[in-house]
Amino acid sequence: MRDEIREKIQKNSKATYQEIFGKLLVSISIIIILLIVSAIFGFIFSKGIATFTENNAQVKDFFTGTNWNPSMNEKGHPQVGALPMILGSFGVTLLAAIFVTPFAIGTALYITELASKKMKKILQIVIELLVGIPSVVYGFIGLNVVVPFIRENFGGTGYGILAGAVVLFVMILPTVTSLTVDSLKAVPKHYRSASLALGATPWQTMFHVTLKAATSGILTAIVFGMARAFGEALAVQMVIGNASLMPTSLLNPASTLTSVLTMGIGNTVMGTVGNNALWSLALVLLAMSLIFNLIVRLIGRKDIK
Amino acid sequence: MKNTKFQNNVAMAIIKLIAAMVVLILVFLLGKILISGVPHISWKFLVTPSKAFTAGGGISVQIFNSFYLLILTLLISFPISLGAGIYLAKYAAKNKITSLIRMVIEILSSLPSVVVGLFVFLVCVVQMQIGFSILAGAIALTFFNLPLLTRNIEESIKAVPNLQLEGGLALGLSKWKTITKIILPEALPGIITGVILSAGRVFGEAAALIYTAGQSAPAVDFTNWNIFDETSPLNLMRPAETLAVHIWKINSEGIMPDANAISAGTSAVLIIAILIFNLSARYLGNYLYRKLTSAR
Amino acid sequence: MKKIKILIGSLLIATLMTGCASKKNNNITIVGSTAMQPMIEMAAEEFQHHSKVRITVQGGGSGTGLSQVQAGAVAIGNSDIFAQQQPGIKAEKLQDNKVAVVGIAPVVNKKVGIDNLSMEQLKGIFTGKYTNWKQVGGKNQKIIVINRAQGSGTRKAFESDVLKGESAIKAQEQDSSGTVQKMIAATPGSISYLAFPYLNKDVQKLSIDNVKPNAKNVENNDWKIWAYEHMYTKKKVDKKVKKFIDYIYTKEVQQNLVKTLGYITIHDMKVQKDENGNIEEIQK
Repeated sequence: MRDEIREKIQKNSKATYQEIFGKLLVSISIIIILLIVSAIFGFIFSKGIATFTENNAQVKDFFTGTNWNPSMNEKGHPQVGALPMILGSFGVTLLAAIFVTPFAIGTALYITELASKKMKKILQIVIELLVGIPSVVYGFIGLNVVVPFIRENFGGTGYGILAGAVVLFVMILPTVTSLTVDSLKAVPKHYRSASLALGATPWQTMFHVTLKAATSGILTAIVFGMARAFGEALAVQMVIGNASLMPTSLLNPASTLTSVLTMGIGNTVMGTVGNNALWSLALVLLAMSLIFNLIVRLIGRKDIK
Repeated sequence: MKNTKFQNNVAMAIIKLIAAMVVLILVFLLGKILISGVPHISWKFLVTPSKAFTAGGGISVQIFNSFYLLILTLLISFPISLGAGIYLAKYAAKNKITSLIRMVIEILSSLPSVVVGLFVFLVCVVQMQIGFSILAGAIALTFFNLPLLTRNIEESIKAVPNLQLEGGLALGLSKWKTITKIILPEALPGIITGVILSAGRVFGEAAALIYTAGQSAPAVDFTNWNIFDETSPLNLMRPAETLAVHIWKINSEGIMPDANAISAGTSAVLIIAILIFNLSARYLGNYLYRKLTSAR
Repeated sequence: MKKIKILIGSLLIATLMTGCASKKNNNITIVGSTAMQPMIEMAAEEFQHHSKVRITVQGGGSGTGLSQVQAGAVAIGNSDIFAQQQPGIKAEKLQDNKVAVVGIAPVVNKKVGIDNLSMEQLKGIFTGKYTNWKQVGGKNQKIIVINRAQGSGTRKAFESDVLKGESAIKAQEQDSSGTVQKMIAATPGSISYLAFPYLNKDVQKLSIDNVKPNAKNVENNDWKIWAYEHMYTKKKVDKKVKKFIDYIYTKEVQQNLVKTLGYITIHDMKVQKDENGNIEEIQK
C-alpha cells in the first residue's frame, strides 16, 4: 500500500534540491580555479626545474652566483647566478610595502571614519581610476619625475631600487587602499559605538578596536599589494636601471626577477637553457611570494592573539 | 585625560595629513596624464583607425577592443569568481585545506603578467589553435583576474552580518536561496567595487595580452554585426589590440612622427574610459542594490 | 541567476564552436621581431588590397618568431638575427629571406657634447675601459652605459660589429628602442645605440671615425654596424606565403615602404654579411 503522506515527507524537499544544486555550482567554480592554478603552477614548476635537471645548472650557483648569462658556460655549468635579481625583487617589494602600509591605512581610516560622504565618494572613484593606468605610463612618469628627483637629491644616476620602490608604491597604493577600506568597513559598527561609549577617544577606538578587528583583512591587502609588486615588470624595468649587478645601495642600478624574465622571454627559444633559466626565475618568484605570504600570516596571527 | 586628548588630536592630524598627501599624489598623476593628453584628443582621433608609421592615426578600433575585451573577460571570470567567492565565504569548512586554497589563489596574483600571457599563448593560442584572438586575450585576463575578484567577492559576502543568513534559514529557505536572494544583493556594493578594480586592471594590462590578443588591430567593419564574420567587430577570433597595448607598442617601438602625442592622447582617453565605466558600473550597482534590497 | 548561467554556458559553447569552424587555410600568421612589425604590417595591409588572404602580424620577439616557425605554429617568423645565432634553432631546416637591412648607430645624451668617436673608443666605452667622457675628449662627466637586452637582435649585431668577441661590462639593459630613446634623452652622460629608424631629435647620434651613420655608408660597408631583417619560413612553403614574401621584395615595397621607415633596401646593398660577420662584396 502506498502511503502518500509518508512519501511526501521522506522525499527531498525543493529546498534540498536547491541546496545541492547551489553547492554543486560553487564547488565547480572553486574546482575550475584550482585546476587553472595547478595547471599554471605545474607548468612553471616543470619548466623551472629543467634548468637544473636537463641543463646541468647547479642549484647552489643559482642562489649564490652573481653572473647571469645562461647561454654561456662556466666549467660545464651555465652561468645562472640569480642572486642579484632575487635581492632586487626582494628589495623593491619590501620597500614598497613599507612605504605603502602607513599611507594605505591612513587613507583608509580617513575614508571610512572621518571623511564626509561626498569626499568618500570622490576619493574612492579617484583611487579606482588609478588601478587602470597601464604600467608603461607609470614607468614614463617615473622616468621623467622620480628618477631626476632622486638623482638631484640623493645622488647617483637616479636609477635603482629606491626609484623602483617609489613607482611601485604609487602603483600598489590603490589596490591596498581599497582592500583596506573594505576590511575596515567589515568591522561591525557596534564595536566602535561600544568603544566610544566607554569613553575612548576616536583615535583609541580606531587603533585598539577597528584596526585590531580588521588586522587580517589589512594583511591580506598588503599581501595582494606585494604580490602585484613582485609581478610588475614594465614600470619597474624602466626606473630600476635593469643591470644584473649586486645591489650595493638603494641608489645603484639593479634588476628584478620579473624585469629580466619579461625582457628575455621574447628573445629566447623554448626548450633552450636561456629560456629554461627564465622559467626558473618565475619559479623562484612563486616561492618567494609563498614565503612572503607565510610571513605576513604569521605576523597576523601573533597580532590577533 | 588631557594626554589622551592630545594624542587623539595628533593622530587625527596625521591621518588627515596622510590622506591629503595621497590625494596630492593622485591629483598630480591624473593631472599630468590628462593635461598632456587631452589637447590631443579630437573627434577625428577617436573615430579613425590607427596608422602603422605615418602621422594622423586614431584609436577607434582600440577603444572598441578595450571595452569588448572587458565585457568578455567579465562574462567568463565573474561567474567563476562569484561561485568561488560564495564557496569560500559560506560553504568551505574552516580547516587547513581551505586556508591552503586561499593562499594558493593569493600567490597566483603575484605571477608576472607575461608568465600568464605566455602560458595562455602556449596552451590556447598554439596548442588549441585558437590563434591570436580576443578570446585568447579574455582567457588570459580571466586567469589574471580570478584571484583578486574572488577574494573581493568573498570579503564582501563575509561583511554581510550572519544574522541575515540565520533569518533566511529560520524562514525555511534553503541556504542557497538565502545566499542568492538575500546575501548577494546585500553584498552588491562590495562586489561592484571588486568588478571595477578588476576592470581597471583589464583596461591597463599590456604584457599578458601581447602574446594572446595580439598587438595588431586589423580594420573592422562597424556595420557588420555578424559574429562569425572576420571583419565584424564582434568576431571572437580576430586579433585585437587594446588601448593599453597600443600605448605600450607606440612607446616601445613606435616610429610614427606623432608617437608622443598619440601615446599621451591614448592615456587620457583610457582614463576617461575607465572613469565612464566605473561611474556607470557604480550607478548600475546602486540601482540594482535599491531594487533588490529594501534599502532606500 | 540560473538564466544568466545558461546564457553564459551557451555563449561559451558557441565560441568554442566558432573556434573549430573558423577557416584557417586562408590566413597567414606572422610572429616575431617587434621592430619589424610596423613594416610588415603595412606591407600586409597593401597586399590584402589585391588578395583575399588575411594576414595577421604580431610581435613577441625574434626568439618567439623563430621558435614558432620552427614548431610550425606560424607561417613566417620575423627575426633581427640569423637563425644560426639563436640557440635551439635548427637553421638548416628554415628558409632565410633577408628582406631589408638596418643600420645601428651609437647615441648619446645631447649635453655630452660629442658627435664623433673612434671605433676603438666606442669599444672601450662598452667594455668598461673608459668610464669618464674626458677620456674620450669630452668634459669631466661619468659615462652611463645603457646596453640592450641580452639576446636581442640589435645587441647581437652591435657586439659582433663593435666588440668583436669581447664581452660588454655589466650595465643597465633595456629591451625596447622607444625606452632607450627616452632614457638617453633624460639621463646626463648616457650612451647607448639605436637602429636608424629610431634616431630622432631628442638624442645625439655619433659618427664613427668621422663616417656618418646614413644609408649610403651602410650600402658599401663604410658604416660597419648593420644587420639584416629576416623573414624565416619552413623550407617548403605555401603558395600564398611565397607570394607575400615575393611581394615584399618588389620595387613597390622596397623603394617606398622600406625606405620611408628608415631601413635600407636589400637591392641597394653592395656587400653582404654572413652569420659570422664576414663581409663579402656582391658580384653584379
